[in-house]
Amino acid sequence: MHITDTMPEKREQHLCEDCAEKAGVIIKQTHHTTNEILQQFIKHKTGLGGGDDLACPKCGLTFKEFQVKGLLGCPHDYVAFAALLTPLIQRAHEGGTHHVGKVPPTAEATVKKQTGLLRLRRELQEAIDQENYERAARVRDQIRTLEIG
Amino acid sequence: MTIDDLTKTTGEWLRGVGPMSDIVVSSRIRLARNLAEHPFLTTADAGQRTEIYRCLSQAITSTSPGKDDLLVDLETADLIDRNVLVERHLISRQHAAAEGSRGVTVSPNETRAVMINEEDHLRMQGLRSGLQLEELWAEINDVDDSLAKDLAFAFDRRLGYLTACPTNVGTGIRVSVMLHLPALRLTKEIERVARAARDLRLAVRGLYGEGTEAIGDLYQVSNQTTLGKSEEAIIHTFSETIIPNIVGYERTARETLARHHESQLDDRIGRAYGVLCNARRISSGETQSLLSPIHMGIQMGRFKEFDLHTLHELFLYTQPAHLQKMQGRSLDEDQRAVARADYIRKRLAPK
Repeated sequence: MHITDTMPEKREQHLCEDCAEKAGVIIKQTHHTTNEILQQFIKHKTGLGGGDDLACPKCGLTFKEFQVKGLLGCPHDYVAFAALLTPLIQRAHEGGTHHVGKVPPTAEATVKKQTGLLRLRRELQEAIDQENYERAARVRDQIRTLEIG
Repeated sequence: MTIDDLTKTTGEWLRGVGPMSDIVVSSRIRLARNLAEHPFLTTADAGQRTEIYRCLSQAITSTSPGKDDLLVDLETADLIDRNVLVERHLISRQHAAAEGSRGVTVSPNETRAVMINEEDHLRMQGLRSGLQLEELWAEINDVDDSLAKDLAFAFDRRLGYLTACPTNVGTGIRVSVMLHLPALRLTKEIERVARAARDLRLAVRGLYGEGTEAIGDLYQVSNQTTLGKSEEAIIHTFSETIIPNIVGYERTARETLARHHESQLDDRIGRAYGVLCNARRISSGETQSLLSPIHMGIQMGRFKEFDLHTLHELFLYTQPAHLQKMQGRSLDEDQRAVARADYIRKRLAPK
């Protein structure tokens, strides 16, 4: 450990970690930040080849630029660089590949609508198969209402 | 409300109340969000950046939770004001030092701060004294819901909320708990605890987040995994397992010190008080290192010269930006060392 004490006058000390602790000096944390770990991994991946000249058609960011900054350029990068990002994301998230958390209310409504439509179309098919045209007409109207909404 | 109004109190994170507040200083939950129709800030040009800032600042202050918030335009705010916000844990150091259109909204009681145009378009954070993660999640989730009514966030069915850095993708959540662990450092067990936490894929950092030192024995423990686990599951692990375990280790270490090293413990506390009362020049780092054993002494009932409220005031108002704000002018490092020691001596002088 290397300490520079600037008060009252500049004085340099060279201490081992234990002595520095005894002297009541703050111990600097020796750990890597998330981005540093990510950078190392990104660089390692480059060693495996490929992706350098890949660019996102929407924002123009290249994969090489992402490797330097550690930050993406737009939401579409997740699609444009999917093949290269997937193993990286998996590694950064303990093997996690799918979101299981909160869904924005608007997306939730879309999902509900889609699953609702799927269910109703299945019901419509069943009604037709059973030649229950009255029910089929009712279901068809429900589908139309949901599609418009 | 102005930044000057904020500095009249020590704010939410230094209230010293809430569950486990003998060791847990504060809890924080942050959500990262981006607008779907705009590029991330890495590639956004100045015009787009300004547009994002305008749209989001308006959206936040027009929601019901945010209507009384203080909006600070950080592009025009002066350096001391920006650093006051950093010292109050309302914005990151990076956000204070960055350039271009950006800002923050702060709730009147400082339990909520939303950074606009930091690494992501939006970083909403809730802050509470002590261990109060469930309450925080309810509040910040509500803010997110209110904003999502009018704004479309970048979201993918498989990957969840899309963030500028792939390490935040999914829930975009960061749960962060600040712990005061002086006894674990004194008994030299801190590295072992920090290693165990890192093995659980948790980040252990210093007072001001990523890449900072553990000044005054304050450590921030936070999750790094944001994909493949729900917000509730992450929060539950923190409040039921991780934090109670670390708190348990620190309490045991404090008992060990009191039982087997009583005179050394009281000597450390007493000397710290002696230096604070008599120093004529002092750095903020040294101040925080000296306040640490006193903080532990107060919590253990071994130090009675002043209370927790005074300790929190000394902690916050001796930091560079607060000190300059109090003095009403900018001071260089040398002047600050003298002004800081003067302030502490006056604050601790017998009434």
